[in-house]
Amino acid sequence: MNMNLSESIFGRLNWEAIPYHEPILVATFAGVVLGGLAVLALLTKMRLWGPLWRDWICSIDHKKIGIMYMVLGIVMLLRGFADAIMMRMHQAVAFGANEGFLPPHHYDQVFTAHGVIMIFFVAMPLVTGLMNYLVPLQIGARDVAFPFLNNFSFWMTTGGAVLVMMSLFIGEFAKTGWLAYPPLSGLLASPDVGVDYYIWALQVAGVGTTLSGINLIATILKMRAPGMKLMNMPVFTWTALVTNVLIVATFPILGATLALLTGDRYLGTNFFTNDLGGNPMLYVNLIWIWGHPEVYILVLPVFGVFSEVVSTFSGKRLFGYASMVYATCVIGVLSYLVWLHHFFTMGSGASVNSFFGITTMIISIPTGAKIFNWLFTMYRGRIRFEVPMLWTVGFMVTFVIGGMTGVMLAVPAADFVLHNSLFLIAHFHNVIIGGVVFGIFAGINYWFPKAFGYKLDDFWGRVSFWFWLVGFWVAFTPLYVLGLMGVTRRMSHFDDPSLQIWFQIAAVGAGLVAIGIAAFLVQLVVSYLRREQLRDLTGDPWNARTLEWSTASPPPDYNFAFTPVVHDTDAWHDMKQRGARRPTGGFKPIHMPKNTAAGFVIAMLATAMGFALVWHMWLPAALAFAAMVIAAIVHTFNYDRDFHIPADEVTRSEDARTRALAAA
Amino acid sequence: MPLNTLRHPLARLGAVAALATTLSGCNAIVMKPHGDIAMQQANLIVTSTLLMLLIIVPVIALTLFFAFRYRASNTKATYTPDWDHSTKLELVIWGAPLLIIIALGAITWISTHKLDPYRPLDRIDAQRAVAPGTKPLVVNVVALDWKWLFLYPEQGIATVNELAVPVDRPIEFRITASTVMNSFYVPEMAGMVYAMPGMQTKLNAVMNATGSYDGISANYSGAGFSDMRFKVLSLKDGDFDQWVKTNRAGGQALSRAGYLELEKPSHKEPVRRYAKVEEGLYDAVLNRCVDGQKMCSHEMMAIDAAGGLGKGNVKGVRRESTARGERTVVAALCTPDNPLGLPRPAAAQ
Repeated sequence: MNMNLSESIFGRLNWEAIPYHEPILVATFAGVVLGGLAVLALLTKMRLWGPLWRDWICSIDHKKIGIMYMVLGIVMLLRGFADAIMMRMHQAVAFGANEGFLPPHHYDQVFTAHGVIMIFFVAMPLVTGLMNYLVPLQIGARDVAFPFLNNFSFWMTTGGAVLVMMSLFIGEFAKTGWLAYPPLSGLLASPDVGVDYYIWALQVAGVGTTLSGINLIATILKMRAPGMKLMNMPVFTWTALVTNVLIVATFPILGATLALLTGDRYLGTNFFTNDLGGNPMLYVNLIWIWGHPEVYILVLPVFGVFSEVVSTFSGKRLFGYASMVYATCVIGVLSYLVWLHHFFTMGSGASVNSFFGITTMIISIPTGAKIFNWLFTMYRGRIRFEVPMLWTVGFMVTFVIGGMTGVMLAVPAADFVLHNSLFLIAHFHNVIIGGVVFGIFAGINYWFPKAFGYKLDDFWGRVSFWFWLVGFWVAFTPLYVLGLMGVTRRMSHFDDPSLQIWFQIAAVGAGLVAIGIAAFLVQLVVSYLRREQLRDLTGDPWNARTLEWSTASPPPDYNFAFTPVVHDTDAWHDMKQRGARRPTGGFKPIHMPKNTAAGFVIAMLATAMGFALVWHMWLPAALAFAAMVIAAIVHTFNYDRDFHIPADEVTRSEDARTRALAAA
Repeated sequence: MPLNTLRHPLARLGAVAALATTLSGCNAIVMKPHGDIAMQQANLIVTSTLLMLLIIVPVIALTLFFAFRYRASNTKATYTPDWDHSTKLELVIWGAPLLIIIALGAITWISTHKLDPYRPLDRIDAQRAVAPGTKPLVVNVVALDWKWLFLYPEQGIATVNELAVPVDRPIEFRITASTVMNSFYVPEMAGMVYAMPGMQTKLNAVMNATGSYDGISANYSGAGFSDMRFKVLSLKDGDFDQWVKTNRAGGQALSRAGYLELEKPSHKEPVRRYAKVEEGLYDAVLNRCVDGQKMCSHEMMAIDAAGGLGKGNVKGVRRESTARGERTVVAALCTPDNPLGLPRPAAAQ
């Protein structure tokens, strides 16, 4: 009985699960503990626990949640990049007699974690963060449609990230590659907890992503300022709308696919096994029906960022607004018709392969149209090369090369020699770094003054940009070459010494990118220290065109004292042209949602349940699930959900803005 | 490639040329293979790249040119802040990529069908057609954890981690795997095809030059994946016959029991040669019933195709322990001496 009880509490968790024999992990753990203790001590010393809990963790303000998403993305970027640089260093030395410093057991976890983290916990939080922060401001709303849900979504995403990070020190992560194809991810080939961490981390985070998608769709469709028709929305909001439609349509597929895999691993079902009628090809199809739209989920919002940046810094209306919108929608629809191009070599017939190859190429037409639209927005403009614009030009030059290699991979017969090679790796890093990452940095540099009231330091921004751009090409051009030399991905050791020089060059490139990342962190610190010189009192430091720039920086909790009325696509530009005057009196109390701890509590219980399920700790898992349901029910009885910001408080903060504007 | 080397379209072309030179310096086997199928695939890469450069080069050049020409400090350049539409330009913007994609789409359709790995070859290389009545050499390929087994039904022999083929003779590879997915890839010969357990994929290819080349698994399959390499010997007809003889002379027989032993996970397996292969081994591997103690998957599929047996009517479901853990299997199909299809004693091996 005792034995059974301890087993139902601790499952398969025991001291063996702590990787104290791995020096790299022990050092990392020591670093994390020391860093963590330092942060905790600092928080205690500065008496920040209360404000942290009240103003951030429980906050349902879309701006704070947006900032927290960005912080999560940047923190996880450091983890994901640590994995990347370990791989580059390992592959640069693991030749011949030298086995490198990562045994396969460790190396295979590193590349899996790198992929999972970069997609789910770096790129996703960063684009979601931008959308969360900007969409309500761009459409003249005071918050998202469901503020509590927004807080809950964020903490679910964070819960997933927490699970992935825990796998570093308790047990291990999956050794399957970032999409965990069965049979490799099945119970026979992967009996350990790695795949279970993968499953539950993505399930928990996936709930957050799906709900956040629903939230933003409702926000965009129902909460636009009067006068803003769909075809007047800023392009970033348009791309956010299409992206969130994609999220809502695809993330349930991911959830279902992982649920079937969970069945195979936990319940003895045979969906993806080779026995009893299961078939792993089913998983590969399902995961890519989610996976291909996913890459457009990442890239469409940054297309929106580039549209805003190009138009603002060229001092021009965006060329071909309507064609931009249609291109976005066409990409959204087509993204569902191409998934099979991820496995042309799985034995589909020639006609099926041709169909998916050609649909893939067709996507390059609207994407090309977008590039041309940005190009002709620059044409006859007055281009200011501020940091966001640098990222944009760097993107245009880099991304078209990635697009080209993508179309090469879309020709099935050519894909037969390029698939799974380092050429493929170079291609998707070319579009994800050259597209998504460059876009996010453009966005951070562009909107930072809106969020914090001061610009980011220009010099360090430029340093960061040039190191990223040059570093990217130095790191990935060798991978294109190696792909053409017939080298495949995920290799932990090589025999052919003639390949080594290319891996060494790539490692240098990764080093340059590391400097780019460090420069970005320095940029944040330097900007904070120089914040008084960099201060922007106008709320519109770039002479921009959309509504978010019409309010103060940082915006007050209520965003807009009066809901703006929109007459044109570039609403704020239009208001400036017509000399619209900011109302300075007659303020009314503003109805606002109230902060709550419910989202955080439920999400942490879900995370605890995920952890318990990973380790087969059935009793704690059941308790966490029950607690989660109870917490959700209790929350529905909380009727104290809203309040009014009194008119005199609004007047006070608007008067402060009036004074600031006069001083600027 | 740093941005500043791309300032000028000519510089850009120079960069491509430089890259091509570098590639010829290193061993870009994907672009310079020794098999006709891979050669055609390489040519396809070149054609599609050139087609796309038609639009990529002007776009990059225009981006850099506009960025320079319309910089804020150049006040002499025209400035039209409200110009945001031109029907003619829109037509070009959507039309030019469309034309290129139509051309590339046509090439795609034709090449995908012509280079379909399932399609029997109709030419040895660009000059020589396959003589009518030529039978391809059949090689059955099994991806094991973590080594390759090649079975030659025509010759009755088998090898591990060494593939020999006669030069200029069409080969038909029938590919499967034992536990997890791999991908069969000889870059010098032809593109890769997935090797999947319980399923068979095919690759038709030919080698056009003699020599010793490398073959790899191109799909990550676990801890021993990096060393899952094999040598490909492309031999003249006489040498190939000699190679077959050597195999027959030196090797032992590959029985079902021997296969079950071989199947167990191992790293860096040396070359092994088998003079004989037990009858029906490849089909048993493909249908996952080598040990003779469970129903073969083609039998199971035949039952399912006929409507299945219904819940509770399959008697012989049992747990089986394998080298990598336990799994549920259906015991062998019923026979006159085993009417319920119950597990047979181990002696059946």
